[in-house]
Amino acid sequence: MQVCDLLSWWSEVQMGPPDPILGVSEAYKRDTNSKKINLGVGAYRDDQGKPYVLSCVRKAEAQIAAKKLDKEYLAIGGLGDFTKACAKLALGDDNEVIKSGRNITVQTISGTGSLRIGANFLSRFHTEARDVYLPKPSWGNHTPIFKDAGMQLKAYTYYDPKTCGFDFQGALNDISKIPEKSVIMLHACAHNPTGVDPRPEQWKEIADLKRNLLVFFDMAYQGFASGDIDRDAWAVRYFIEQGHNIVLSQSFAKNMGLYGERVGGFTVVCKDAEEANRVESQLKILIRPIYSNPPMNGARIAATILNTPDLYKEWLGEVHGMANRIITMRELLVANLKKEGSTRNWKHVIDQIGMFCFTGLKPEQVERLTKEFSVYMTKDGRISMAGVTSGNVGYLAQGIHAVTK
Amino acid sequence: MSLFGEVPQATPVAVFKLSNDFKEDPNPMKVNLGVGAYRTDEGQPWVLPVVKKVEKIIVADNSLNHEYLPILGLPEFRSSASKIALGEDSPAIQENRVGAVQCLGGTGALKMGAEFLRRWYNGNDNMKTPVYVSAPTWENHNSVFANAGFEDVRPYKYWDAEKRGLDLAGFLGDLETAPKHSIFVLHACAHNPTGTDPTHVEWMQVAEVMKRRKLFVFFDSAYQGFASGCLDKDAWAVRYFVTQGFEMFCAQSFSKNFGLYNERVGNLTIVARDADNVRRVLSQMEKIVRVNWSNPPSQGARLVAITLNTAELFAEWKDNVKTMADRVLLMRASLQAKLQVLGTPGTWDHITQQIGMFSFTGLNPKQVEYMIKERSIYLMASGRINMCGLTTKNIDYVAESIHETVVNVQ
Repeated sequence: MQVCDLLSWWSEVQMGPPDPILGVSEAYKRDTNSKKINLGVGAYRDDQGKPYVLSCVRKAEAQIAAKKLDKEYLAIGGLGDFTKACAKLALGDDNEVIKSGRNITVQTISGTGSLRIGANFLSRFHTEARDVYLPKPSWGNHTPIFKDAGMQLKAYTYYDPKTCGFDFQGALNDISKIPEKSVIMLHACAHNPTGVDPRPEQWKEIADLKRNLLVFFDMAYQGFASGDIDRDAWAVRYFIEQGHNIVLSQSFAKNMGLYGERVGGFTVVCKDAEEANRVESQLKILIRPIYSNPPMNGARIAATILNTPDLYKEWLGEVHGMANRIITMRELLVANLKKEGSTRNWKHVIDQIGMFCFTGLKPEQVERLTKEFSVYMTKDGRISMAGVTSGNVGYLAQGIHAVTK
Repeated sequence: MSLFGEVPQATPVAVFKLSNDFKEDPNPMKVNLGVGAYRTDEGQPWVLPVVKKVEKIIVADNSLNHEYLPILGLPEFRSSASKIALGEDSPAIQENRVGAVQCLGGTGALKMGAEFLRRWYNGNDNMKTPVYVSAPTWENHNSVFANAGFEDVRPYKYWDAEKRGLDLAGFLGDLETAPKHSIFVLHACAHNPTGTDPTHVEWMQVAEVMKRRKLFVFFDSAYQGFASGCLDKDAWAVRYFVTQGFEMFCAQSFSKNFGLYNERVGNLTIVARDADNVRRVLSQMEKIVRVNWSNPPSQGARLVAITLNTAELFAEWKDNVKTMADRVLLMRASLQAKLQVLGTPGTWDHITQQIGMFSFTGLNPKQVEYMIKERSIYLMASGRINMCGLTTKNIDYVAESIHETVVNVQ
């Protein structure tokens, strides 16, 4: 073999910084303590700590297998049966937007892919404003996605570390100052990473506050937050009713447990059907040079569930079950902390909603919790409630109490 | 006033519009020679028998779930896919200097490679590095690289319309005059859309210039196995370049050779100087993956990995691939023979000399329009036909139509 050049093309390529969350899982794997708990995981676990494949998913898969479908390319915008059902799920069956055809919904590579397409679309066509306002804090991947698409990131007050709750006044103050036409990112429900959601009356005030912002909803947990899909979509639907023509990202990773199948949707609510047509044509132009057309398997499963009445009913029950288990764990954790003798206020653990909980633990306390108790979580004090089980909640309470008393 | 009031209607992607028009055509004799997907002799899509088998295995396996794959994809898919391209006994693999990223089809692999190169090749974020794509090429090549930020995507001479073959002198000439470090997108086999591949000797000449002038090798391998029916034969060029010591990318698609079009199964194989370079490159690839799709879809990759890593299934797959390739070869031979019998003006040897799914017929845009409008035979404006659209039942009609078109339309 000849070596055509001693130097590599890649000599100057730096080692990328390690992913903070991945690092948590890696460290967890190496730990030999039998009592170790992984609370970094952003995927649902059952009460045995195992991944959960929904029964309605298995049934849908069996139905699909029996149909002997071909594997021809999907349209660029994805599977029609899926995108229609996806929009209906978010906006409600009878929504005027869907009836008038003024939404365009495309299938995307789960939530990330949806956000990226959205970011690319805004970057190319929303030229009056380059700024995207994220809640402080937000999902870690929001920033690099929008940055890579060429947008600028700013923040609005959201989380109040003093109460471990929603800083409503702070949010209103900041939002009222956001320049017109800027993009504002709102988590539809089950805010990631804090678990702190505005109450309906607070959402109402936010919706009324600034009429001329481009609202970008990220809904990754519909059904997973309260257990009720309509309740979790309330904010999205309210904003639309109030006249905001929003853009929306949806993920089916968590609520259908289809993580690795990459099922998501991106919706633009337009002025009318004609505009939706034009927007659709441009979304296709954006998608084609990234991956041509989306993967079938997960979308087919989701469409089957959404469009088959008994599977849909079963799904609603299973989502409710998952959300309930999380809520139960929250209650158990607080009860156990009280039992341990903790006098701190842990009300936020129950008030927060969804997969994640911002405990309020400081980095030093987190470090102790990991070192002394083999409880793995991110430094910001966030825990994934999905990693809590009836089997480990007692031990977890012990550890948290020990580092906070 | 809408925020999107000024969004213009985009022109539809040509190949999909063609399929649409075909669908709406009421003519019972219509033939679709557009989209690049395999069809059986009944004109039907073909789910490979081995794929059906493996799907059953997956459905029956209750230990499998739908958890996230790692960012770079399913490990056993990545390594076995790279082996397919480079060969099991590839020195690069043995020397531990091969890495891979599972991607969303061949398009996704090209995209990841392009994004990486823009960020890290020939300086940092250098959008001015010229990217050369063949003239003609798969039309999405231009968009992939342009959208990754490259400002200078140019054609290199490739197809000689007059002699209906490779313009080797033009190709080598462009390699000689390209700015140093330019990126060249090479079709590993079964060139799309011309079906014209360089011979081994011609590839060696290309490699010599690229090495001397320090040009970057980016292979697009969408038809391995599909071209000649033999995986190793179709990978000759890729493997030759490896033996020549190049650091390179190879975007692989399993859409056609596994018939897994809609599962989006692709792999970006990376050959570097050594393991340390591979490691750093992959760490940066992760960052790019994360802001585009976080992690790739599992179904298709699982399917391919199980097949490639199980001896009997692997053998069955190679057989399925050969079935497809053989049918294409048969259609080529039949079409050429029929045109000869009809005495159609011009030479038609290129139909059997070309390889893979596509043939550049040499029909001009007016003739193409005639074929579509008068004969309901749908093909690309470039004159490209998909051989898979031909069947024993429609080949006479197609041959006669070509004959009539060539005779009546200039």
